Amino acid sequence: MNAVVPLKLMIVDDSNIIRRRIERSQQIDRLRVVGAAANGREAIELFERTNPDVVTMDLTMPEMDGIECVERLVAIKPAVLILVVSALADKATAVEAIAKGANGFLCKPFTDRQLNDALAELLQDA
Amino acid sequence: MLNEGEIRTFIQGAVHYFEVSARQPVAVGSPYLITDGPPSVHEYTGVIGISGKRKGAVCFTAPRSMLMVLLMRMNETDTSEDNMKDLIGEVANTISGNARRDFGRDFVISVPTVVASDNGKFTPPVGARPFIIPLNWRSHSAKLIVCLE
Repeated sequence: MNAVVPLKLMIVDDSNIIRRRIERSQQIDRLRVVGAAANGREAIELFERTNPDVVTMDLTMPEMDGIECVERLVAIKPAVLILVVSALADKATAVEAIAKGANGFLCKPFTDRQLNDALAELLQDA
Repeated sequence: MLNEGEIRTFIQGAVHYFEVSARQPVAVGSPYLITDGPPSVHEYTGVIGISGKRKGAVCFTAPRSMLMVLLMRMNETDTSEDNMKDLIGEVANTISGNARRDFGRDFVISVPTVVASDNGKFTPPVGARPFIIPLNWRSHSAKLIVCLE
């Protein structure tokens, strides 16, 4: 039988409530939260320190926004899986995030089930 | 100035937020236009600046008692002042961001700023008159203030 390899999850959002909500609500057995960042700049530093496999990424943040951060993280580690979790509901933003290297898009507000379904879908090929 | 369809976009955003995040419906009162002076606000106000093809602000203002219950409905046990401010900003951000489904990506939203005040007034950043969308949730009253050129 193959052992399930744990995957490291980093949460990026400028809202403490959303960071805590994602950490509390995610129920994917394989995922272990290794840290959370409040903006793109903090995320890059944390990413280099913890080398996560999976990232949830807000888009509207101070310092460095999520789109730029996605691009930077993918440049550091092309295999990283990024789920954008954002209130920006227009299709063009989702398309741009995917074009920059994100693998999925979840619109805020979200239910626990929607979060877990989105993460499960992201990990299908991991 | 907002048209009827644009007002509906913000009403739908508020209704959707409470349906999903609080898992309880919010009752929406009749929207009205402020014609004289700045609108009054509750203890906490989250302000999203709007730029791009529209200019102005979208604000969500609510009393502390409402935010406390909303946090608890979200299973958040930390009801500190910082989390109250975080929540009011996040509600304003979510409703504004969702509005891009109709307004498009040129409806550019800022990160939230939060004002905490006991008897404050909101001064709109542009000349346009603010629309008030009254919101009633459980026993609490809040407002969405939309002020767009």
